Amino acid sequence: MELTSQHFLALAPLLITSVTIVVVMLAIAWRRNHSQTFLLSCAGLNLALLSILPVLKITPMSVTSLLQVDNFACLYMALILIATLACVTLAHAYLGDGGTGYPGNREELYLLILLAAAGGLVLVCAQQLAALFIGLELLSVPVYGLVAYAYFNKRSLEAGIKYMVLSAAGSAFLLFGMALLYADAGTLSFSGIGAALAATGMPSLMAQLGLGMMLVGLAFKLSLVPFHLWTPDVYEGAPAPVAAFLATASKVAVFAVIVRLFQLSPAGSSGVLNVVLSLIAVASIVVGNLLALNQTNLKRLLGYSSIAHFGYLLIALVASKGLAVEAIGVYLATYVITSLGAFGVITLMSSPYKGRDADALFEYRGLFWRRPYLTAVLTVMMLSLAGIPLTAGFIGKFYIMAAGVESGLWWLVGALVLGSAIGLFYYLRVMVTLYLMESSIPRQDAPLNWEQRTGGVMLLAIAILAFVLGVYPQPLVDLVQHAGIHLMG
Amino acid sequence: MILPWLILIPFIGGLLCWMAERSSATLPRWIALLTMSLELALGLWLWSQGDYTLAPAPGADPVWAVEFKLAWIQRFGISVHLALDGLSLLMILLTGLLGVLSVLCSWKEIQRHVGFFHLNLMWILGGVIGVFLALDLFLFFFFWEMMLVPMYFLIALWGHSSSDGKRTRIYAATKFFIFTQASGLIMLVAILGLVLVNYNTTGVITFNYSDLLKAHLPAGTEYLLMLGFFVAFAVKLPVVPVHSWLPDAHAQAPTAGSVDLAGILLKTAAYGLLRFALPLFPNASAEFAPIAMGLGLVGIFYGAFLAFAQTDIKRLIAYSSVSHMGFVLIGIYSGSQQALQGAVVQMVAHGLSAAALFILSGQLYERLHTRDMREMGGLWSRIAYLPAISLFFAAASLGLPGTGNFVGEFLILLGSFAVAPWVTTIATFGLVVGSVYALIMIHRAYFGPAKSDTVLHGMDGRELAMILLLAVLLVLLGVYPQPVLDTSAATMAGVQQWFGSAFSQLASAR
Repeated sequence: MELTSQHFLALAPLLITSVTIVVVMLAIAWRRNHSQTFLLSCAGLNLALLSILPVLKITPMSVTSLLQVDNFACLYMALILIATLACVTLAHAYLGDGGTGYPGNREELYLLILLAAAGGLVLVCAQQLAALFIGLELLSVPVYGLVAYAYFNKRSLEAGIKYMVLSAAGSAFLLFGMALLYADAGTLSFSGIGAALAATGMPSLMAQLGLGMMLVGLAFKLSLVPFHLWTPDVYEGAPAPVAAFLATASKVAVFAVIVRLFQLSPAGSSGVLNVVLSLIAVASIVVGNLLALNQTNLKRLLGYSSIAHFGYLLIALVASKGLAVEAIGVYLATYVITSLGAFGVITLMSSPYKGRDADALFEYRGLFWRRPYLTAVLTVMMLSLAGIPLTAGFIGKFYIMAAGVESGLWWLVGALVLGSAIGLFYYLRVMVTLYLMESSIPRQDAPLNWEQRTGGVMLLAIAILAFVLGVYPQPLVDLVQHAGIHLMG
Repeated sequence: MILPWLILIPFIGGLLCWMAERSSATLPRWIALLTMSLELALGLWLWSQGDYTLAPAPGADPVWAVEFKLAWIQRFGISVHLALDGLSLLMILLTGLLGVLSVLCSWKEIQRHVGFFHLNLMWILGGVIGVFLALDLFLFFFFWEMMLVPMYFLIALWGHSSSDGKRTRIYAATKFFIFTQASGLIMLVAILGLVLVNYNTTGVITFNYSDLLKAHLPAGTEYLLMLGFFVAFAVKLPVVPVHSWLPDAHAQAPTAGSVDLAGILLKTAAYGLLRFALPLFPNASAEFAPIAMGLGLVGIFYGAFLAFAQTDIKRLIAYSSVSHMGFVLIGIYSGSQQALQGAVVQMVAHGLSAAALFILSGQLYERLHTRDMREMGGLWSRIAYLPAISLFFAAASLGLPGTGNFVGEFLILLGSFAVAPWVTTIATFGLVVGSVYALIMIHRAYFGPAKSDTVLHGMDGRELAMILLLAVLLVLLGVYPQPVLDTSAATMAGVQQWFGSAFSQLASAR
């Protein structure tokens, strides 16, 4: 296959991100400067984001047999780039300037985040198992480093090692699954596998086993029950901006590739696997919410809540028809906004870096009376996670519910209702803590002028977005509606 | 254009209250008072202007006194569709009035974070008005859930924890929120189900009330969807097996919270039944009616007996609400025009009398710093006016002729008797039990030996004015309910036709 300039244009977001990586790396080698690195990364990410606009004109386009750049990929690329941009901005506030803040080398964090983002971009375009694996590893490996970035903090180091070991195990499962699937179908492309499975009518045992093992590997990355055990520890140990990246960009990319896989080879999600998926969904919703109930650490709580949220998303994946792809898009977009907001508040509370993050719930007690706007942001995010009207989260939940009802998945919809009711309890607990009277326990707060810094401005913008999308979701709906998967591979 | 303003005014007023907190502590109170007075005035103006013979009825496109429509989420055919008929107008008047009163009754009670308090108060009222006006099912659900958040804050932040420390205000607020939210989600599933069934037959995806009224539902589906709606309304009303959030929320809420909760929030459920559950699912509702009436009956007696056993005066009033709402439920599901009208009057009258009783117990709390009736006793000689006025409202609550409650209960019983003589006969005994707990409340709190001889300060002008206003309105409603009946007549006639034809179909099918 000959590569034309059109193909390069289609790959522009990925190429620009890669160039940024090289530039940032050389710049660090030339002169260590925190602000300069930050600005370079931001500029690169913004350029990559802008380059999606011309790409939209030439989609769908298949670039080699590995990647497929269609509207679906563009939507998720934009989502990943925006999330990465937000995380980079948060990281800048978190690492601090000059003598205060993070004591080690600050610049490499940006390099690692950019690398992971490039992996995410590959992943959402992947239309073949090899591309899936390359993307996934490119996404995961830098994250090991990111999680352990505050390596002189025991928890961070522990979280990094834990994530590395479990993630590698997940990758092994994934590879084994791919091998089995290849042995059965004789092709690596998603649509080829779909055709091969559909041709035999009932997928063979080997193919089912292969898909099952792939599911295990991907479920590790998405922290679905029962492969969720790493989540709370890693969320707790990782520096707050990294946790934000892990919760948003990384999970969005993995979920997007699962959606594409199951849409292109629908036979893969039928039969036994469908039952397994449903069970995983219910288990994730129930277990995630139940374990979050008694957490006193905000980052752990968000970790468990993300397990539950990806359980909700699985409902749409199981539905897989009609509204489902659209519902997943809307839900992921709202979830990214909400998670960024929630982790953003934690980041700003812990900025600049002081050895540990402000993640214990008691440190947020009475925050409203000290930092009213920051608290308003966190309140909106908690309401959005709980799916209360006036916030973006409600629109997401509405979509998932509509997809579930449309496909008649009553058990899963029931689990969604139950999970939301349980979930309310801990979201409300966090929320009310913010408004209680102040305690006398010494605490750390966000700097007084947090609104005037880049991180603060970004956070306020996210909060306003979460509110506006809750009140007027039509633009988001339009956007997602046009981001269908190009089915002919 | 007046309808969106009715909703927006409280929201804007609330934000202004919050902003005004910085300059002074009393400014938010005045802004809130002004906001709610404006709301009430707009309601009264609408009452004088509108033609309330216009109301939805079966067989034709619904007509409304005032209507407003604006496209919102085209993807699902969701629009901001607001409309007003007699029933919504009465509920909005009640909301405006109790809004004014809840601002007034917090004038001295709330001293911490006044601006934020009034923000929450105004937003609850804005959400409730949205519920009473919304005609798009998505919008209805939107407001239905939205009013929970400020109510949660109101209870959790300004509430009182119980004296034994076992039930905290946060526990009560969380319980309230989870009960209503979970049941609300079940309603959302039912709404989605209804929309999709309609979509499958007509090919149009819409959440619009008037379009969904024409949906053809298979009998089994209709029953299930109706149950989804009923569960949400039953929790809010509350109907007995799912009522347990109410006493906790009431006992722990600040006075203004209790006033709004009992006076308005419970009415949203009755309103929802009348506006949505019955017209959308008439056949299933007719089939379900005996069960609903049975639940109403259980509620009447269960509420009354538990009210009798309470020592906390606000819990007592809360359980009495359960009992009164039982009558409303019977009235609604009897399907006779008289009983439906009675249910409306009972809703208004209960709004007034329960609000008054909660305001009075709030005033008692400000003086005694307890709600425990075991520590009251002999108050008749220690406080001027308050005991006598309490006696009046206790009498109103037990349905004394001359008060609105009597008219409501009488019409409900009269109307239901033709349909369900046994249920009605048994329900009548509920009135007897009702008088027992009302009088026992008066007896325990105001009569008997005094715990101390110190005279507590009497009611000041503000307190007296609030209560006397409620008393006058309640008597007016009792002796001349005709304006209220006229206003809601057309709406109730519509509901009765939907329900009546379903009843006769059911009867002929048997």
